[in-house]
Formats: sequence, C-alpha cells, structure tokens
Amino acid sequence: MSGKEYRTITDVKGPLVFLEKTEPVAYNEIVQLRLSDGTMKNGQVLDTSDDKVIVQVFEGTESVDRQTGVKFLGDVFRLPVSKGLIGRILDGAGKPRDGGPEIVAEDMADIIGAAINPYSRESPEQFIQTGISAIDACTSLVRGQKLPIFSASGLPHNDIALQIARQARLVGSDDDFVVVFCAMGITAEEYNFFVQDLERTGALENAALFVNLADDPAVERLITPRLALTAAEYLAFEHDYHVLVIYTDMTNYCESLRQIGAAREEVPGRRGYPGYMYTDLAMMYERAGMVKGKKGSITQFPILTMPGDDITHPIPDLSGYITEGQIVISRELHQKGIYPPINVLPSLSRLMNAGIGEGKTREDHKSVSDQLYAAYAGGRELRGLVAIVGEDALNERDLQLLKFADIFEDQFLRQSRDEDRSIDEGTLDLAWNLLTNIDTKYLVRLDQKWIDKYHPTEKNS
Amino acid sequence: MSEESGLIYRISGPVVTAVGISPRMYEVVRVGDEGLMGEVIELHGDQSVIQVYEETSGIKPGEPVVRTGQTLSVKLGPGLLTQIYDGIQRPLEALEETMGVFITRGVDADGLDLTKKWEFNATASAGDEVSGGSVIGFVQETETVEHKIMIPPGHSGKIASIESGEFDITTSVCTLEDGTEIAMMQEWPVRTPRPFKQKNAPDVPLITGQRILDFLFPLAKGGTAGIPGPFGAGKTVTQQQLARWSDAQIVVYIGCGERGNEMTEVLTEFPHLTDPNTGKPLMNRTTMIANTSNMPVAAREASVYTGITIAEYFRDMGYDVALMADSTSRWAEAMREISSRLEEMPGEEGYPAYLSSRLAEFYERAGRVQTLGGDDGSVSVIGAVSPPGGDISEPVSQGTLRIVKVFWGLDAGLARQRHFPAINWLSSYSLYPQALDQWYRDNIASDFPEVRTKISSLLQVEAELQEIVQLVGSDALPMDQQLTLEVARMIREFFLQQNAFHDVDTFSQLGLQYEMAKAILAFQEESEKAMAGGAGLEDVVNVPARTDLMRGRFEEGYAERIGELLGEMSKQIAETMEDN
Repeated sequence: MSGKEYRTITDVKGPLVFLEKTEPVAYNEIVQLRLSDGTMKNGQVLDTSDDKVIVQVFEGTESVDRQTGVKFLGDVFRLPVSKGLIGRILDGAGKPRDGGPEIVAEDMADIIGAAINPYSRESPEQFIQTGISAIDACTSLVRGQKLPIFSASGLPHNDIALQIARQARLVGSDDDFVVVFCAMGITAEEYNFFVQDLERTGALENAALFVNLADDPAVERLITPRLALTAAEYLAFEHDYHVLVIYTDMTNYCESLRQIGAAREEVPGRRGYPGYMYTDLAMMYERAGMVKGKKGSITQFPILTMPGDDITHPIPDLSGYITEGQIVISRELHQKGIYPPINVLPSLSRLMNAGIGEGKTREDHKSVSDQLYAAYAGGRELRGLVAIVGEDALNERDLQLLKFADIFEDQFLRQSRDEDRSIDEGTLDLAWNLLTNIDTKYLVRLDQKWIDKYHPTEKNS
Repeated sequence: MSEESGLIYRISGPVVTAVGISPRMYEVVRVGDEGLMGEVIELHGDQSVIQVYEETSGIKPGEPVVRTGQTLSVKLGPGLLTQIYDGIQRPLEALEETMGVFITRGVDADGLDLTKKWEFNATASAGDEVSGGSVIGFVQETETVEHKIMIPPGHSGKIASIESGEFDITTSVCTLEDGTEIAMMQEWPVRTPRPFKQKNAPDVPLITGQRILDFLFPLAKGGTAGIPGPFGAGKTVTQQQLARWSDAQIVVYIGCGERGNEMTEVLTEFPHLTDPNTGKPLMNRTTMIANTSNMPVAAREASVYTGITIAEYFRDMGYDVALMADSTSRWAEAMREISSRLEEMPGEEGYPAYLSSRLAEFYERAGRVQTLGGDDGSVSVIGAVSPPGGDISEPVSQGTLRIVKVFWGLDAGLARQRHFPAINWLSSYSLYPQALDQWYRDNIASDFPEVRTKISSLLQVEAELQEIVQLVGSDALPMDQQLTLEVARMIREFFLQQNAFHDVDTFSQLGLQYEMAKAILAFQEESEKAMAGGAGLEDVVNVPARTDLMRGRFEEGYAERIGELLGEMSKQIAETMEDN
C-alpha cells in the first residue's frame, strides 16, 4: 500500500497524531509524515482500528498540521545491521552521525526483538574480571548478565562504566569485548566525555555508538536502546562477538515512556509511570544472555540515576526486579573521597555463585566475600552506635569490626581510575590481608579449611 | 458472514477487538492470518475483546478471527513431568525445534507428545464400577513417579473392557459399558478448579529442609504461603530451595514474568540434583512453566492457571503437590495491563477491582482433599510477591496476606547483612503450628513444640534487649542478659542462617533441626550454670568446642556427630567453672 498518502489527521496531542479513514494499518507499523514545508518525520503505529489510527512521532509533532501527509510503510521498524556497525557513531534513529556513509545492510532486523526461549539459553557462568575489587569480590559479574549501575546525579557512574568497559575481560582468555554504547538524553558534555575516553584508549574502533542527546527528540529515546540492542544481538549471535552494552540514562528513557502514556490518557501506575513499564523494561533487559549453540554473548550495563537517591522509586525498583543484581553508587562514600564509591551492602550480583569458585576464580572466593560483607555490615552498623555511646562501650569484637569498616573502605574499595586488580593477588589476597585485623574466632563465615590455607598469619605452612 | 469467523476491528498491544462473531466468554479464538492464539475476555455489543497470547506487531484490522468452540485448556496425561512449558502449555523444547532460539509466533505445539507410546498397566478390570476420578491403571512416567490414569470427571459406569500394553495417550485403553472410550490423556479448562470429594484440614507439615521455615514458620501440606520481599532479598532463591527440597511428590514451578536466566538455571541444575527423599534426580518429579518477563503478557496471565491445573491433576492421583508461583505480582501486573487496555475503571494503584478476588480464587485451589477416587492428596501453594519498593502495604501483598496462612516476610536489611534466608523472624508468622504439633510430637520429639517456643521467645527477648543496647551499649547490661544476647546470636548465626549454595548446609533434616535447637538451649543452660559458678561470659562463649559445634554443620555426617560435639562443648563449659 506504499505510495498512498493520507491527509486525515484529526488530532495532534503531544507526540501523538490521530488519523481517521485509512486503509487497514498494522499494529507497530512505521509511518512517514511529510510536513507542508517538505520536512520528513518518522513514527510508529500505537493503536489501530477501522476508524482510527494513533501514531507516535519520534521527532515530536512540532509544525505538524492537518495538511500533513501520512504514509504507512507496510513494515515494522527495522535496523540495517552489519559487521560494519563496529566503529560507527549513529544517531538515536539509527542514521550515521559521524559523517560516514550509510550502513550497508547484511540484514534488516526487527528492532522490537523476540524473546529468547528460556529452554535455549545457556547459563551464564564465565567470570568477567573488571579489575575493580568491590565488583570482582562482592558482586562478581559474569558473561551474559545484566547488571545495572544505580547511581544518582553528581556521582561518578560514568567513570565506573568506562573503567569496566576498559578493563573487563575473561581471566585466561584473549577474547575482547565489543562495546555497544547507547546514550539516551544525556548532555553533550557527558557524551563527549565518553567518546574522548573511548578514543583515548582506542576502544572507539571496537565500539558502536547510538546517540540521542538531551536536545534530541524525547520520543526517539524509546527506540534508541532497541536499536542498540538489535545491533548487539546481531553482532553476538550472528558474528560471535562478546558484546558489552552500556546504556545511559535509563531514567530519561522512562520519562519518555511516561510522556507517551500521559498523552494517550492511559491509567497510570505508580508516580504516573505506565503500568506496563515493567514489561517494557524487561523487553530490553532480557535481551542480555547467552544462547545454546552460539559463541557470542550480550552483557548489559544499564546506568540509571535514582531520582532523589531513592532506590524505591519505580525506575530502580522495577529494574531491580528484572536485572540480575545491581551496583549501587553511594553519595556518602563519594563525599568521603573514595573512588569507586560502590556501596557493596545493597549491591548484589545474582549470578555470582555460578561464576566464582574453584576453576573459575578461586575456591575461597565465596567464603571471603561473605566474610567481607558480614564484617563490613557489622562495622557500619556500629558506627551509628558509637556516635551515641562512644567507643568505650564496645567490646573487643565490636571494636575490631568498627576499625575494619574504615580499613575496608580505605584500602579495599578505594582504587585509582586506571588500577586494574587481578582477582587472586589483587583482590582476594588483599581481602585476606585486611581480614587479619579481626581475630579469626570472629571470622565465622570462613570455612576452617580456607583459614588453614590462605590466612596470612594463621595458615598452615 | 458466519458466526464461526469474523474480522479484526482494532489492535492495541495484546488486546484485539473483533466484530462479526459471537463467542462465549473465555473461548479460545484464532486471530489474524497467522492464527495467533487468543482468549475472549469481554463481550461488548457486537464486539468481542480478545487477549492474544502472542506478539501482535504487524497484524491489521480486517484480518480474520476464527472461533474454536473451546475454552483455554491443558492436556493432562503421561509426559507432563520433566517438561518446561510456556504460559499456555506449549513445550519450550518443541518451540525451539520449530522456531530456533528466539520465540516468534504463530506456532502450535501440543502440550503432550501425542505419538509417544507409554506402557499402560491396568489395575481395574472389566466389570468394575468406576466414576470420575477412579484410578484404572498407571504408567511409570519417570523413575520415581507412577502416573495414575483416571476416569475423567463427569464419566461413570461399568468397565466393559480394559487392556494393559503400549499405547499412545489418545488411544482408548478402556471402554465403559455405555460405549465411552477412555484414553490416557484428558483435557481440562484451566480457569475451572478440578473437582474433589471434600477438603480436609491440613495436619502434616511440608518439610522443606530449611530450618527457619520448618522449625519456626511451618507450612502444612495443602497449605498456602506468601513470600513478599523487595528485590534482592531472596524470593527466588527461597522458592527454588522449596522446589528442590520439599518432601512433596510432585513439584510444579511457575516462573511468571521473571528472568530468563533463572529458569535456565533451574533447567540445567535440577537434572543433576538428587531428591533427598528418593535419591533420584529432582527433575523426575518436576513440571515447569516459564513465561519470562519479556514473553507476551497475556500468556503470563494464563500461566498461573495452567500451573495450578496441572498441580490439581496430580493431586487427584493422591499425591502431595507443591506449587511455587514466582512471582504473583507479575501475574497481577499482567491483569493490570490487560485491564488498562480494556479501559476498565481501575481500583487501587491501577490494578483492576477484581484483583483480590482473583488472588483468593487462585489460593483457594490449594488444599488437602479427599479426591474423587477416595485418596488423600494435596496442593500446597507458595506464592512470591514482589511489592514495589518492598512496601507490603500495596494491593497485591495485602490481597495475598488476607488469604494465605503462612507469611514469610523477607527483609532487605537482613539481606544486606547477608543473613540468608533473609526471613524476618519477628514479622513472619504461620497459623499451622497448632494443627501440626501432634505430628511433631509423634514423629520427631515429644517436646518439639516447647523447644520451638523457647527458641522464638529468645528471639523476641533479644529484639527488646537490642533496643536498650542501641542506647547504652551491650556492656551496660547485666551478665545474664548479655548471655541471652549471645544465645540469640547463636540462634541467628548457627540455626536461622542457612547457606543455600553449600552442599551440606543447603538441606537440614527435621530431626537434625531439633537437635541443633536443643544444642543451643543446652549451651544456654550450661553457661548459666557455669556463670553462676564463677565463670565469665567470655570464657563460656569462647570455648573452642562451641565453634566446632557451630562449624560442624557444614560437614557431612553432622547429624551423627552433633551429640558428640555437644558433649564436648558441655564438658568445656563445665571446665570454665573450675578454672575460676
């Protein structure tokens, strides 16, 4: 039916255009709008019936009038995918932004993507060493995981994401990651920071960037991450790449989703976000993973800024229910001058147990990690108590834990932006050294056999 | 235009409106040129509103909608076990064969293999009077499970002929005198509870091997439990532990709107885990339903019904079935999403006004029953709830708590301290102990209920003392109260904490749980004695044998050694008195 252009717009509301009296139009079909001055805009069908069609316009509805021509293109949104995406910078709608030629498509992939059959998934269990002790020891990342960074405005989440992108590798393997970077509504300054860093380390040649900046159309943000993930899927499952997808900032994405919901006058869920936001987010996060019979993998690092540092806000909350853990950035640690300011207590990696231990990291990893948590959590809790009763009221065990919490933050968490610690000597041995500050009788999370083998002063030599 | 088929009028996400047909409510229809499966959920003038179980992108108004005359049903018969299904009972393995690793649409797959031959062993014989639910034979479906073949509800009469041998599941194995042919497979509509003779009071515990659950907050066979908790508090791990170690004969695990990788984990792990009760792979007794968060939302709504219908079917054979639904919040959200597309007037937080009645109907399908065949069977339902922000004042948690008898409250604070399972012992409850106490006295120890009471009151006292400690520090308390704190700490660290990922600690026999609890009380008693005799708190707490007793739980054969370890601890505590 291409060719037929309708001029039957009845209503325009926010980013939505309503038309009547069209031929049958498919749900999710893509749409081209031609404005009276010749400008072209793109959109997608959100609701279709015999009498009425609702179109969401990616570039916003500015200058759209009743005379605007609307053409239905008879297909759903597709991205031209090819190995040539690597090293390219595209805009939020998938058009070249780097002045280079159009992508020569090896295939046209539907950007909504299909769900991976749970039966066909491969259990992710290959440990990725990030070189950051807090992550490697306490929230270990594995290939095929989706692990968001829960941050807030003013915190160095971008530095951490970049450090991970730079340092991430499988222990004992040369396979490199290809980075797919997706910007949603971030500022030009933040974007430049990413690009310069990727350029400086040479990673840009190994990356595909999809960029929607703060001054780009807000509705376009709804498709940008889908483009990025479609590219990632193609590279991972057709060309065997291990892909690391970093997308920032999910909060902007959710704002756009809310905007569309409001324009459609939908019944809102919590705080005005649409009730289907969980499903919508899941359709992106769940595109991480590994599948049977394919070599490649998709590991996701979504970054989101928690409005008002509130982890119970719907955006981090719904994300946390879908992703396989989270890395929480703490303002308190940041203000103490500790980089990376990762608060390991609310942080979590759900796939950690599958990826650590003998033959993967080291046999004592789980024990050590549990003990670090317990001791640090104990120490942090005591800080509150000491503020009231003073250190004199503490017993021996409590005093040791209190001291340990400071040491842990200062020596274990703190590392420089280019410090790449190995999991065994760099991270786990360091942990054992720090644990000598606590009497072994208080180290109840450690199996005796690991104390005998690894404890710097108590081991059987 | 015939009544049997009509046309699509409108498409909005998973909801499609059709005109030109007049189907029944909840009838299954085929939508569009690709014949996508859908279910009628509202009739509105000449329009029929349909929820479609597959992705609707690219479907246009004007495409056909065809009636099937059937309501959404599951196929029940040999072949259910070890399977993993999507929300509408399509085997995921079969979907992989036809579509590859990504789930596309428009593919039909039978819930059971209709061509596979099973060895049917008749136990009834010609001339027997049978009625719905009567067992007429069995198939050895897996090493551990005898799949009983029953007369479908609604049929009765005298058996004219019955034959053992190898048959596929649609071939008749038994003929009644009125000519009714009975095959091994039967179908049942998922939204209708399967019938039974009567409900009985649950009085046998479902033993899970998880100390805090079995000992403090037990669930009865045929009971209902809710596990609400914020993300990361361990709902899924707890559900999986229950699926692994519960002493049910059949486990139905519904992954409703959850993570794909979690289902994969269960799939890859269960065949390698041994059932402590039979010594055979756990997979042999398990059926899984996986409708992950990114699979179509309408099928997620159906998955819970598919699961419970399969559970009821095994109950009718006289088995104890445990059903885990992870997570009922995703199910509720699926209802909300569909409801909002229908533009229904919302109740609280956008959920439909019928949310709580749907929850109640679901949990009410649990229970211990006398089956139509006269056996004793049960379905225990354990539903995870994912309250936004961990705040259980929201509608799904509240709707659940009004119905379930056991509340296992997960606590983010405990999870942060890596106290697992992170079940809060102060806020959780179980209404079953009274009904179960006699069983404990008869089967474990005559003073079991008293030991439990002592342990839980120690935890209560600790909570009160902790409030004082927060103000003045523990050193300001009198010695006996400091000892109480130490004993309570021992309960928490040695007894309540349990490592799901440790080969040995992951499962504790009920008898051992009792011994461990007794050991804690013995420590308290003997320390009191020793301290009265002049020993210091530090002395008794630091006896090496206590550490050995506590660490011993991580080693094989702990149940045999605990008596000896306890003896050594008592000896050393007594010695602290002599040193002073």
